[in-house]
Amino acid sequence: MIEQDWIWGFVGGLLIGLGGAVYLLVNGRVMGASGIVGGLVDGSGMRTVWERVAFIAGVILAPIPIYPIYRTVETHITSNVAVIIAAGLLVGIGTRLANGCTSGHGVCGISRLSLRGITATVFYIGAGGITMVLFRHVLGVI
Amino acid sequence: MRNLFAFISGALFGAGLFISGMTDTAKVQGWLDVFGDWDPTLAFVMGGGILPMAVAWLLTKGRRPALGGEFPTPPAPKIGRNLVVGSVLFGMGWGLAGLCPGPSLASLSYGGFGHWLFVVAMLAGMMAAVPLRARLAEPAEA
Repeated sequence: MIEQDWIWGFVGGLLIGLGGAVYLLVNGRVMGASGIVGGLVDGSGMRTVWERVAFIAGVILAPIPIYPIYRTVETHITSNVAVIIAAGLLVGIGTRLANGCTSGHGVCGISRLSLRGITATVFYIGAGGITMVLFRHVLGVI
Repeated sequence: MRNLFAFISGALFGAGLFISGMTDTAKVQGWLDVFGDWDPTLAFVMGGGILPMAVAWLLTKGRRPALGGEFPTPPAPKIGRNLVVGSVLFGMGWGLAGLCPGPSLASLSYGGFGHWLFVVAMLAGMMAAVPLRARLAEPAEA
């Protein structure tokens, strides 16, 4: 018996991949969330500002009409402000150093069998797993 | 046109992230927490995302993007220090908060203070990555 969460996960995954396919086949770009946002933050993507802004607007706005009709997905983010700030900084620095995150290296990289994408994915999942052991099971912070 | 399709792509991405449950920090941390109550949903999301993207990469062969230009050329398959260090830092932040760049944006409309704080910290991190990137960059090869 496959759990319902897994089916919704797969369906959502297909939509994510479809979004990436549109961005690639129509706009000719790799859909990486950190790259699209990062290019605006550090100014390296100024030639394609509106394309980036439009993409980000789509990401932020799309869940709004779905929220009331779909089984409500609440967040379980920690209330520990220090942890949130540290996590945000690490994600920001890390994804820009690595030139990609779960969407760019994960979804778009693995699907083209990119060595860099696969390597990045192994390292960030590994680091995430170790972080869980350390901060949840050893230190009990999260 | 480019902006319209960027918006559509972003909306598919955002809707997919929301429906798949990836905007729920507990689902991501549940996947990374192998020694806790392990939640395999993320693997289904990744799989679902990789399928359409793999087809999309195949379709790029011998074609041009629908709106003109060129498809991105794959980067040289080189595993540099930036890729590894960046991915490890990213993975740590991902584990700490249960958010990566895409879902942090897709959850802004309902996530409340914690999610906004995370995004602000992430943007600051992306800014901080600029000088770090140059310093970490591999020495030029002979």
